[in-house]
Amino acid sequence: MSNLLTTKQMALFVARGFLRFDAIVPDDINRTVLAAIEAGGAQDGILIEGSEVHSYPPGTSLVDCYRDQPAIRQLIDLPSVKGIISSLVGSGPLFDHHAIHHCPPNQNTAQYTHADSIIDTRTNFDIQLMYYPHEITAGMGGTRYVPGSHFRRVNEMAIARYQNIKGQQHVVCPAGTLLVMHHGIWHGGGRNQSDQPRYMFKIRLNAIEKQVKLWDTSDLDERSIGPKAIFDPDAYSNRDRIQTIFELPEKWFPMDESRLEIVNRIKLWRYLVGDDSFDSHHWLTRVENILN
Amino acid sequence: MKKRQIVMVLYSRSSALDSEVVGWATYDGTGQKFHHPGGQDEPPYNTGLEAMLDGWRVIQISQLVPPYPGTEHSTSFLPFEIVLEQIIEVE
Repeated sequence: MSNLLTTKQMALFVARGFLRFDAIVPDDINRTVLAAIEAGGAQDGILIEGSEVHSYPPGTSLVDCYRDQPAIRQLIDLPSVKGIISSLVGSGPLFDHHAIHHCPPNQNTAQYTHADSIIDTRTNFDIQLMYYPHEITAGMGGTRYVPGSHFRRVNEMAIARYQNIKGQQHVVCPAGTLLVMHHGIWHGGGRNQSDQPRYMFKIRLNAIEKQVKLWDTSDLDERSIGPKAIFDPDAYSNRDRIQTIFELPEKWFPMDESRLEIVNRIKLWRYLVGDDSFDSHHWLTRVENILN
Repeated sequence: MKKRQIVMVLYSRSSALDSEVVGWATYDGTGQKFHHPGGQDEPPYNTGLEAMLDGWRVIQISQLVPPYPGTEHSTSFLPFEIVLEQIIEVE
């Protein structure tokens, strides 16, 4: 069985900007990573320097990273995790950076909502692997993120004023959960109101090959069925179809921008399938019908 | 008695003040309550009009700005912002 993502998973990533895999990392790796973070210094399988995991220069091939830290290497090399990475950014991505996110107990506030790095106008995308080595309870807050926000062009903390957005998610999860995010998604660390520290380990990866049909495309044709007619009710009923997934709005989408977000999804899908004629509900084909 | 301001910012789904609220933030100048990011999954009011009916005063709403040429399909900030206030007397 292939460990690559399915077409439906890819379409959901394009539409919503994330994929979540609960308890995908085995407990022995979780325990090793957590023990090392808590103890600090050189531990079995992982090297903590100060409050961070020993790092590598940005642009280092991922295959050359973590050779000196076998616990994280094992995590990256899990067939399921390799399949996720390969499907989204290819089998030989570059390491960008990593970081331990530590939220101490009994916090008074939470991190502002933001998009990472700087405003990013690319179609091709980086991914961020957010790995939770221990269970995250509701009281711990968890990472907060806004599904479907990844196409919106904002610069980092400019959106700090948005304290809450309808449909925001909080990562409450079992140990070993991996949240895989498009680089543009709006997020922030939640307020930890428990009496336990909360840890998350993030790795950002850059693709170096075109992200075209890198997943398991065996069901691509079957899933890519457009509506027979505009506003065809059948088009909204089959949740396994790419076009149906793209037509579903997030709760917070402004009325006038829901269709623009569908267009953003169509444009990214065109890149991913290498087909500039792909469309859903005629949204782009109509406005591309330019007669000079 | 001193007077202090509470500011509430609502983001609605359209430019109409009676459309659904999808984003919100509150800054309490009385110091009585601190509102932190991600602290409230449901909005304090369903619409801006509902907040007005409850006594909040609108002090600013977003202008409708046409897109810059070439960015007609781009999305960015939440476009429909309603800033409201209450003036509270404090000791």
